[in-house]
Amino acid sequence: MNEFSSHAACVAALVERHGARQDALLPLLHDLQAEVGFISEEAIRALAAALNLGRAEVQGVVSFYHDFRTQPESRPVIKLCRAEACQARGVEGLIAALPDDFTQRVALDSVYCLGLCSVGPNALVGGAVQAHLDAEKLQQLAGVKS
Amino acid sequence: MTPPQTAPMTVRVAADSLALACGADAVAATFQRAGCEVQRVSSWGMHWLEPLVDIGGEGFGPVAPGDVAAILHGDKTLSIGKIEEHPFIARQMRLTFARAGKTRPLSLDDYGATGGWRGLQKARELAPETIVEQVTASGLRGRGGAGFPAGIKWKTVAAAPCTEKYIVCNADEGDSGTFADRMVMEGDPFQLIEGMAIAGLAVGAGKGFIYLRSEYPHAIKTMRAAIEASREIVAPFTLEVRVGAGAYVCGEETSLLNSLEGRRGEVRAKPPLPAIAGLFGLPTVVNNVLTLAAVPHIIADGPEKYANFGLGRSRGTMPVQLAGNIKYGGLFEAGFGMSLRELVEDIGGSTASGRPIKAVQVGGPLGAYIPLDQFDIQFDYETYAGAGALIGHGGIVVFDDTADMARLARFAMHFCAEESCGKCTPCRIGAVRGREIMDRIISGNGRPVDAVEGLPQMHNATTAGRSHVDEVALLTDLCDTMKYGSLCALGGFTPYPVMSALRFWPEDFGLTRELVEGASA
Ligand SMILES: Cc1cc2nc3c(=O)[nH]c(=O)nc-3n(C[C@H](O)[C@H](O)[C@H](O)COP(=O)(O)O)c2cc1C
Ligand code: SF4
Ligand code: FES
Repeated sequence: MNEFSSHAACVAALVERHGARQDALLPLLHDLQAEVGFISEEAIRALAAALNLGRAEVQGVVSFYHDFRTQPESRPVIKLCRAEACQARGVEGLIAALPDDFTQRVALDSVYCLGLCSVGPNALVGGAVQAHLDAEKLQQLAGVKS
Repeated sequence: MTPPQTAPMTVRVAADSLALACGADAVAATFQRAGCEVQRVSSWGMHWLEPLVDIGGEGFGPVAPGDVAAILHGDKTLSIGKIEEHPFIARQMRLTFARAGKTRPLSLDDYGATGGWRGLQKARELAPETIVEQVTASGLRGRGGAGFPAGIKWKTVAAAPCTEKYIVCNADEGDSGTFADRMVMEGDPFQLIEGMAIAGLAVGAGKGFIYLRSEYPHAIKTMRAAIEASREIVAPFTLEVRVGAGAYVCGEETSLLNSLEGRRGEVRAKPPLPAIAGLFGLPTVVNNVLTLAAVPHIIADGPEKYANFGLGRSRGTMPVQLAGNIKYGGLFEAGFGMSLRELVEDIGGSTASGRPIKAVQVGGPLGAYIPLDQFDIQFDYETYAGAGALIGHGGIVVFDDTADMARLARFAMHFCAEESCGKCTPCRIGAVRGREIMDRIISGNGRPVDAVEGLPQMHNATTAGRSHVDEVALLTDLCDTMKYGSLCALGGFTPYPVMSALRFWPEDFGLTRELVEGASA
């Protein structure tokens, strides 16, 4: 983990930064996930207490949005665009051409459009955008092939 | 070959995320190492040429680091001539994208030198009612999809008797095939800030929020830096960027407001309109990025100039986004009224794959699929609505003849099921059932269900005994229920891609035209 002794301590530090109003919940969740990698049970409890919300309410928000993970992810994450324009440029064929063990070694998340729809297939890999992907290039980016 | 230049020359390379995704950083670094002064600017929007390099007005692209030495030695292989004279640029009428390719996104000097802040200065001398009147007179309609007149919305908010009001910029740009909002935010962020500050003056709002999707990390960074840099210029108006969390439905304005308040992005019933009770229950202008970015020009140069573009009730220019399997993809801003054929074949150069065009989807994932024989349809709000289509945010996605329309129809249902906010049954349950019907139709034709999602197949049409006619009738019925029973356009418009695919390409579903027409009659 990081400098914080617990997820609750991390929440406390972030609440200090963002304030304890409900409209700070999304920024809080984003920062929390950036800090500790996922939104834990402990963090949800701490958030609910800090913002004076029910646990179910915070849980409901976390589960509504695709961005938030409730489990840690140790594999490298690739956000691959699966929307129409990337389909038109062959993203499904690209996936089919990946080796069978690819998704065991890499977390392949689907996203719907990265705004690069004329140069796809596209992906976000570690915060960097990548265009003109094929199966080969994707494996290199994922670090599973040199 | 001419000898290498001795004096360092200025080289412009775009720094927007599309250029970066195509490798612009490496190209810029190579020019720098060769002794050139490199300026990182916005993108011209000629995406097939990125990374596009601009040397004294002459364009080279797409440039790889390995091409740099040759270019500096005078090699013209990658030259496209004067960028401004390139047919793709010369045919456009750029208002919102007038600075594209020319200025450094975060340079206040560049912005000021190209007419920036003129609109805001003028607005500060005008009565709020006059600003609203001018926006109304320009004929500006919301560019986010629904095409609602901006002036009327502003007037409602201006008239609301509250001291606290908000300007919310909808920068969720979730439609596939769209990137104009991103290009404004990454390429010309002060223009959006200026537009929001003017909106604040017009309606009496002191604070603005930009709700920006998390899929746009570069736009988030640029917008935040631009807000910081222009803080004093727009004061007392203040601005803040809020980041979405990967939900398509949060582009719907009331869902967006819930999300901004830290709630689930569920759609709110209207009325009350956000203009009456919006963010935190207070009067709120919610406008798209392109809508707000058009405002500085309208106020600075007068509403007539803007209104002179376009036709009928579609005034001004529309940044059309050419995407998907298209040869010359990118941003094309022009007055309304061009035909789809002109846009896709003439300007877009048809498919990138070189194969024949099969279908075009206009207006994002909720837009209809349009076949070749309807390509003369003219690009404006009313014509599209009349044809059962929508222009939405102006995204055009081209598919070649390898596209499987049954699979795309299934994807539309799948997308709706994934992204439904869950508030109404026709959308929440209907889309899941729709996907199942589609699986049965598709597998009845001997094709496997989508293995990637690994969805269990409910039952097989042939073994379960339901005929294709029955399945199509069921699907048609379901689409009608979604269309008329949904609270927002996510559930309400999903039938457009589904039914248009079925109607125009029945053979992809293993069906005949007669069967489809008979079953859906
Ligand atoms: C499901 C759904 C998604 C939407 N997504 C967006 C979007 O990403 N961006 C946007 O500006 N408008 C979007 N809209 C339209 C907004 O609800 C609203 O009409 C718009 O923000 C109003 O601004 P405008 O009048 O400037 O277009 C969406 C609507 C629906 C129903
Ligand atoms: S149509 Fe779908 S997304 Fe829209 S309000 Fe209903 S359930 Fe929510
Ligand atoms: S559809 Fe993939 S980037 Fe837009």
